[in-house]
Amino acid sequence: MNVVVCVKQIPDPAQPGALDPSTNTLKREGKLILDESDSYGVEMALQLVDAAGGGEVGLVSMAPNSETSGLRTALAMGAAKAVLVSDPGLQGSDALTTAKVLAKAVERLGGADLVLAGTESTDGYTGTVPEQIAEVLGWPSVTFAKKVSSDGTTLTVERQTEAGYDEVTCPLPAVVSVTAGVVEPRYPSFKGIMAAKSKPVEEVTAADLGVQPVGWAGAGQEIVDVTAAEARQAGEIVEDDGEGHQRVIAFLENLKVI
Amino acid sequence: MALNNIWVFAQSTDGTPTSATLELLTKARGLGGTIGAFHYGADAADVAPQLGAYGAAKVYSVGDLDGALPGAAVAAAMQSVIEGGDAPDLILFPQDYEGRDVAARLSVRLDRTVLTNNTDIAADGDAVTVTTPIFGGNTLVTTKFAGAGPYLALFRPKSFAAEEGGAAAGELVTVPIPELGATGGARVVAEHVEESHGPKLDEADIVVSGGRGLGEAGKYDLIEQLAKLLKAAPGASRAIVDAGWVPYSYQVGQTGKVVKPNVYIAAGISGATQHMVGMKGSKYIVAINKDKEAPIFSIADLGIVGDVHKVLPKLIEALQSR
Ligand SMILES: Cc1cc2nc3c(=O)[nH]c(=O)nc-3n(C[C@H](O)[C@H](O)[C@H](O)COP(=O)(O)OP(=O)(O)OC[C@H]3O[C@@H](n4cnc5c(N)ncnc54)[C@H](O)[C@@H]3O)c2cc1C
Ligand SMILES: Nc1ncnc2c1ncn2[C@@H]1O[C@H](COP(=O)(O)O)[C@@H](O)[C@H]1O
Repeated sequence: MNVVVCVKQIPDPAQPGALDPSTNTLKREGKLILDESDSYGVEMALQLVDAAGGGEVGLVSMAPNSETSGLRTALAMGAAKAVLVSDPGLQGSDALTTAKVLAKAVERLGGADLVLAGTESTDGYTGTVPEQIAEVLGWPSVTFAKKVSSDGTTLTVERQTEAGYDEVTCPLPAVVSVTAGVVEPRYPSFKGIMAAKSKPVEEVTAADLGVQPVGWAGAGQEIVDVTAAEARQAGEIVEDDGEGHQRVIAFLENLKVI
Repeated sequence: MALNNIWVFAQSTDGTPTSATLELLTKARGLGGTIGAFHYGADAADVAPQLGAYGAAKVYSVGDLDGALPGAAVAAAMQSVIEGGDAPDLILFPQDYEGRDVAARLSVRLDRTVLTNNTDIAADGDAVTVTTPIFGGNTLVTTKFAGAGPYLALFRPKSFAAEEGGAAAGELVTVPIPELGATGGARVVAEHVEESHGPKLDEADIVVSGGRGLGEAGKYDLIEQLAKLLKAAPGASRAIVDAGWVPYSYQVGQTGKVVKPNVYIAAGISGATQHMVGMKGSKYIVAINKDKEAPIFSIADLGIVGDVHKVLPKLIEALQSR
């Protein structure tokens, strides 16, 4: 079974985010890393290929400045190859354009039996890209997967719901979005990191994939204003001296909720 | 573009529209034009008049999906009505599982952008703009739709208050699901519902949430005891949901529930941006955290810098003895 994982490369979320004042888009300069949201998809893909007893894990990513750091992390985990779409013209692309680009990148990689993505990226969190990729490819999809298994022709998925989970079956090929925390992403081994350096990463542009228009021109949206939200009034912060609970009681009494 | 015709993606359970559906209908009424709802489910006949009471003149429904996931089916049916001549200028979706899937599929079918994570919308002359909080709600971004409609927008639950009004016919129009080919292949074969008791997280007047600061799964019991004494709903940060301490249905935040209770008590929660977007709208916030630099204190009305293992048992004991 061949599985392709969509992996987003993002600025380190531990650093506070900032907007580029000239474009009002998130700053994406400096080194980008593998989005943790996608590390679960990579792990799940490796497990599924293992269980199928054959095939390989491919990666697709769209990122500025020929960025490959995040891809190398996923290759070091065990993925075999990648297509990177990097193109200055893609700046400002909306989720729909991203999905069109990624769907073409999957085909460029030689297609797949299954495409995995995260339920939402850490920095963009539109959450629509995976389902849009499915529609572009003309495939069925299951979003919010907690558990996925395959018999080679059909997937069985535990899909998270408000109240618990649904068991869903889905014929292949398909797109599945994976919720965070459902598998334990492996740490790349030293051997894996060394091997990743020589694994093939093909870099292409949107034009190479035949997708246009892209970037600002293709986006059906325009940011018109950015403002600071009304800040909450700072409250009272007290050190617990053994009687901190009494402060809580007094606060709740004052609100007449107890 | 003037908004002459607005649709709301309508969901229901057992004959009752979801609150997110009613919130969006209420907001749609304020934007002008006629309002339609687009529904799926076997309960269309029961739901249609209730949607009418919130202003929906027409209620399109594809009826029972027989286990199919709504994304592909509802998007295809929406497209068929649009191409059949009743094209809305704007479609409002709740930001939930099904809302996201339907809007995403439809955006590809219509080749239109879809704007997500919004908390407000305004129409001013030809400009239709949505407001999206980023960086944990500290910054608000206003985005204008460009180009031709229908405009597609997803809204976080509880962005608007639901109010009956604008009584309209709620005329039910059944829409057949077009041939879906491969895209319709996913089917629900079994449903598993986790037990829940006490008030519902997104409806409770008081919410008590616990995070990784509790230290271990067994200590979540402190949260449950406190919640019970306050007739509150217990909640959680994603850290302890991912760790398997509590089910996903407890999660508050960007990927969990949006809550706006009268009082929100956060114990051992750092206050990550993704948590704050789900609870920042609470009227009063109480935080207990041993780190006085924890971001949660920046939005707390009362902050106790202390150990949850000391403060919570005393708080529980004091409430029990009242
Ligand atoms: C795409 C995406 C979506 C996300 N969605 C959500 C979401 O919906 N909801 C959500 O909650 N998170 C979400 N997160 C995760 C979020 O970024 C944080 O990782 C998470 O909220 C942290 O949970 P926490 O506060 O329990 O843990 P931590 O951040 O580890 O904080 C634990 C806190 O406990 C305090 N503490 C430790 N010991 C004690 C003690 N004995 N007494 C008192 N205090 C103590 C510490 O000082 C610390 O502040 C999301 C992340 C991403 C990337
Ligand atoms: N630029 C990108 N490159 C690769 N994958 C992406 C990209 N953007 C989104 N995705 C995939 O789509 C998922 C959801 O992203 P989003 O729709 O932005 O929340 C991510 O977890 C990725 O798997």
